[in-house]
Amino acid sequence: MAEEVKKPEEVKKPRKPLDPNSAKYKLGKIASDAFATAIEAKKQGRPVAWVSSNFPVEIPETLGLATAYPENQAAGIAARGAGERMCEVAEADGYSNDICAYARISLAYAKLKECPEQDVAMPDVLLCCNNICNCMIKWYENLSIDLGIPMIMLDIPFNPDYEVSDAEVAYVTGQFWDAVHQLEDLFGLKWDDDRFQQVTGFSCRSSRAWLEATAQAKYTPSPFNGFDLLNHMAVMVTARGKEEAGEAMETLLKEYKENHEKGESTFRVEEKHRIMFEGIACWPYLRATSRGLKDRGINMVTTIYADAFGFDYNSFDEMIRAYCSVPNAINLEKSRDKRVKLCKDNNVEGLLVHTNRSCKLWSGFMAEMSRQIGKECNIPVTSFDGDQADPRNFSEAQYDTRVQGLCEIMESNKEAKEA
Amino acid sequence: MITLGIDIGSTTSKCVLLKDGQEIIASGLRVGGLGTEGPEEALADLWKLTDLDPSAVTRTIVTGYGRNKYEGADGEVSELTCHALGGRFIFPDLRTLIDIGGQDAKIISLNESGRMSNFVMNDKCAAGTGRFLDVMANILRMDINDLEACAAQSEKPASISSTCTVFAESEVISQLANGVSRPDLVAGICESVASRVSALARRAGVVPRVCMSGGVARNGAVRSALSKSLEVDIDFDPMAQYFGAIGAALYGYRQALKQNS
Repeated sequence: MAEEVKKPEEVKKPRKPLDPNSAKYKLGKIASDAFATAIEAKKQGRPVAWVSSNFPVEIPETLGLATAYPENQAAGIAARGAGERMCEVAEADGYSNDICAYARISLAYAKLKECPEQDVAMPDVLLCCNNICNCMIKWYENLSIDLGIPMIMLDIPFNPDYEVSDAEVAYVTGQFWDAVHQLEDLFGLKWDDDRFQQVTGFSCRSSRAWLEATAQAKYTPSPFNGFDLLNHMAVMVTARGKEEAGEAMETLLKEYKENHEKGESTFRVEEKHRIMFEGIACWPYLRATSRGLKDRGINMVTTIYADAFGFDYNSFDEMIRAYCSVPNAINLEKSRDKRVKLCKDNNVEGLLVHTNRSCKLWSGFMAEMSRQIGKECNIPVTSFDGDQADPRNFSEAQYDTRVQGLCEIMESNKEAKEA
Repeated sequence: MITLGIDIGSTTSKCVLLKDGQEIIASGLRVGGLGTEGPEEALADLWKLTDLDPSAVTRTIVTGYGRNKYEGADGEVSELTCHALGGRFIFPDLRTLIDIGGQDAKIISLNESGRMSNFVMNDKCAAGTGRFLDVMANILRMDINDLEACAAQSEKPASISSTCTVFAESEVISQLANGVSRPDLVAGICESVASRVSALARRAGVVPRVCMSGGVARNGAVRSALSKSLEVDIDFDPMAQYFGAIGAALYGYRQALKQNS
């Protein structure tokens, strides 16, 4: 339980080039190609859409519209250390530092039109869906005004009920086809039902493999380090409707299954404890937050954030219901039950909550939800302050104390159980 | 067996020498925490109080904000575990510990057998911590130790509504200029700290017996405001500021026993 003061210095091995047949290589290539493909499309004069992360990817993919995902771009910019610089550009234009840092970074990019840490193709249209948050609407409206381009809005309001009603499905279905028709009219594109079937097939294939891969954490020890998911999920955000994404996700699943069979894991140290991580990753401090856990043998085996981008369905109706059921669009009880299931399925011993200053919606109800999860699963819960992209909202020392406290409770619980 | 516990906080350093996990034989406290000579000075004070010398110590455990930087210990443990252990050492039936230190406030829940079962800490804001009281005492040109006696003279505690320490500073200055009495302001400041911390305590759940630890525990005005707000008796021990160090020494004792068994 006590931590030795002098830790052996880590000897860094030179990195081996990645095997092109590995999931890591394939997923990394798809993620980086997503930006390059849109930049190339723009050069060729083809239209590009900026798309919110839980907008039905089936629409642009079926229509052959090139896409870029501002949330994904902002996360990349933040992880590469430019979050503060970009946020300050937006703040100088009058945006409050209380606004989502992804929004600030994106609005700053729309103004500067360059950021070496992660450039994207400039858009011709904006595809916005508020199933992830309502801040998205104002963010995209301002992008629309600043860039002088149309915004197509798919309204999926927060659902206070446990189930998705038929009325909500009808409401969203109407908007789905309206969005398709608007895009057809704007860019002379043509909807093709056969292509739609193909895209939904790809999307479901990617999703099934992804969700099955993340579910491999049911094994103890887990065949993977949960922080891997935070990198791999970029493909689920940006490319889940592409054939190659499904193939890469199946490779990932195969590797995790093989790891389990061989008793191996991408979590390179002994897995002493297993936790669930709650909230969007603290991208500016991904290394610090990861190390704080790994150094104590804590594996973050599951997070709803990763599973949120898996959309598996068998019909159009089920697809609409899936988009109405993403984590930020559902009520506290349903959100809690999904997380409790993850905790129980994956033998979680503790819960670490990122109180993410950017995401009021997500963090706002976590105090009560995490209390209920802790009670239902009989696990300790702690939270730390941070931000998904603004580095000014995190203190490593405070994070460290909370994680160590959580670790000490988990250790003590284990000792009590063994006794 | 002699074990040593050192608690290096953000503003003070405390150390305790424990015999056989049962008897406190010496203690030291100095203002000055991480990055100062505080830890060495507190240790020097401690050794002056006993015939023992450092070679008598079987195990040294360090805790507190400065635990990661201190090199003279056998191990480090979070202040959460140490405060829980120290609190339970003094109050054997303790279930809830409220610790208000220099820059953070924590509510620690203990189960019936005395193990820490959960905790809640303040966010990064310094309102509701000892630093908030330091800043306010400074504006009022008072010694921090005189706040309790001053608050006791209050007839109508002032309302300090700003959460931010800097804005609250302006608010206090403005109220002073408007003729609000010093005792009413001090009482209002103490109630403001208690209000912040009681919100945290409610999140964690308050189960009696409840006690306070940390430097702010010495302030009876904060203790009674907290007690009133939470509608529960809050115990205090003169060693409250040493709970972290006591817990560290106790932890070292238990660890040494385990290793020897």
